[in-house]
Amino acid sequence: MDILYLLIPLSAVLVLLILGVFGWALHRGQFDDVEREGRRILQEDVSPVDADQSRPTGLPEQSPYRQSGQS
Amino acid sequence: MASSSITTQPVYSDTVVRGFALAAVVYGIVGMLVGVIIAAQLAWPELNLGIPWLSYGRLRPLHTNAVIFAFGGSVLFATSYHVVQRTCQTRLFLPSLAMFTFIGWNLVIIAAVITLPLGMTQGKEYAELEWPIDLLIAVVWVSYAIVFFGTVGTRKIKHIYVANWFFGAFIIAVALLHIVNSVAIPVSVWPMKSYSAYAGVQDAMVQWWYGHNAVGFFLTAGFLGMMYYYIPKQAGRPVYSYRLSIVHFWALIFTYMWAGPHHLHYTALPDWAQSVGMIFSLVLLAPSWGGMINGIMTLSGAWNKLRDDPILKFLIVSLSFYGMSTFEGPMMSIKTVNALSHYTDWTVGHVHSGALGWVGLISMGSLYHLIPKMFGREKMYSTRAVELHFWIATIGIVLYIAAMWIAGVMQGLMWRAVNPDGTLVYSFVESVKATYPFYVIRLGGGLLYLTGMIIMGWNTLMTVKSGKAVEARIPLVVAHA
Repeated sequence: MDILYLLIPLSAVLVLLILGVFGWALHRGQFDDVEREGRRILQEDVSPVDADQSRPTGLPEQSPYRQSGQS
Repeated sequence: MASSSITTQPVYSDTVVRGFALAAVVYGIVGMLVGVIIAAQLAWPELNLGIPWLSYGRLRPLHTNAVIFAFGGSVLFATSYHVVQRTCQTRLFLPSLAMFTFIGWNLVIIAAVITLPLGMTQGKEYAELEWPIDLLIAVVWVSYAIVFFGTVGTRKIKHIYVANWFFGAFIIAVALLHIVNSVAIPVSVWPMKSYSAYAGVQDAMVQWWYGHNAVGFFLTAGFLGMMYYYIPKQAGRPVYSYRLSIVHFWALIFTYMWAGPHHLHYTALPDWAQSVGMIFSLVLLAPSWGGMINGIMTLSGAWNKLRDDPILKFLIVSLSFYGMSTFEGPMMSIKTVNALSHYTDWTVGHVHSGALGWVGLISMGSLYHLIPKMFGREKMYSTRAVELHFWIATIGIVLYIAAMWIAGVMQGLMWRAVNPDGTLVYSFVESVKATYPFYVIRLGGGLLYLTGMIIMGWNTLMTVKSGKAVEARIPLVVAHA
């Protein structure tokens, strides 16, 4: 059963890798406020481009779109 | 949510999502039609008409490849590209590479449709395609991984939504499984021919390490990603416990990889390896049921939505089939049960309760949610047709799996029956003859399921004709902590 010398170490490496990714996620605060994250997907705004929307005036130089997501 | 917009506000790259969503519906009809044809051939073998290309042995892999990789694969591409953009609030990383995955995946399917009826096969279940096609699959899959993880990497939302974890694990695992299992020595380009790099029981072990994890990651993890996005969206409620969904994910991927040997009970595989496979299969029951309960309980307190919304019916009933087959699977992996069930039609019934009930229904529900949105409509052209599809499909599944359960247990009992002098009570052909009525019932179930899919095809066509492809704006990200 030589093949087990490939498959078992492969699985072990995978488990270590999964543990690593889990640690990364934990450390980076992915699970800090989980219930709020569950609600977020319901708040997406998916307005089509050709919908008639009034363009606001006096926009800031830089779009807030770019700055976010860094926290 | 930001109410303002700016002139250069970017849009999601949905063209590839539309392509895969429509391809899924077409491949679903084709793949299920081939399934119905081979089900009829089992009842009436003359239906192969004496033509080699239409014989059962060649059409069967065409059916499995068409429903798993053409239909299931297209649904996975469409939904993962949709979900990752919406939950990361950014457009696809390298949209042209995403378009390449669409073209490449369709080329793989066309190649399968040509080579499988010609009899070119590696002879590995669910990995029949020959080496040049395998190479193309590998290239497409790596491109898919680049697009998906590139999109996650350039996300505008700090948190990675749980559906993306499931999709991500599915993409990585399938790449690994496909590459390891498909290692082969090519001997000719046309006819395509190669020999596996592994031999004998080694080959069997690699094959079922692949085969079981293909079920676990291709047909489960990816579709759980859909479940965790489309059920909350369709119900308008957050998932019952987001915390549990995270536990579900990590528990599932930690345990799945080890369950493969249960496909090789009572073979040349070492006994201890069989037992390890069985134990991990039993452990899998816990995360599977945790996820199922989590999905169903999302409707807790709003069960009336289930009555009024046929799309939710698809999504929630798919979960009940997920629960059923993830209970049945571990039971069948117990060696004493397996001694009865293995090589019988019970296995076929088990696979189809997962495939038709779980994978099929969650795909259809997700597509019914997705397709109108991709074509600028509130809902599908006909909601009543969705309702009709649901009931026809569900009755079809029940007929199918009940027939196969009875046939399977009957075959198992007939094969093991021995006279006092040690000779077999029944010859094999007697068990085949006894199975005949159940093959006919199974064909009926399959026909119903196909009919539902054709109704979906018509409904999709009308939805696309009466709608138009609209570009969806990426919302301005609201400041968050």
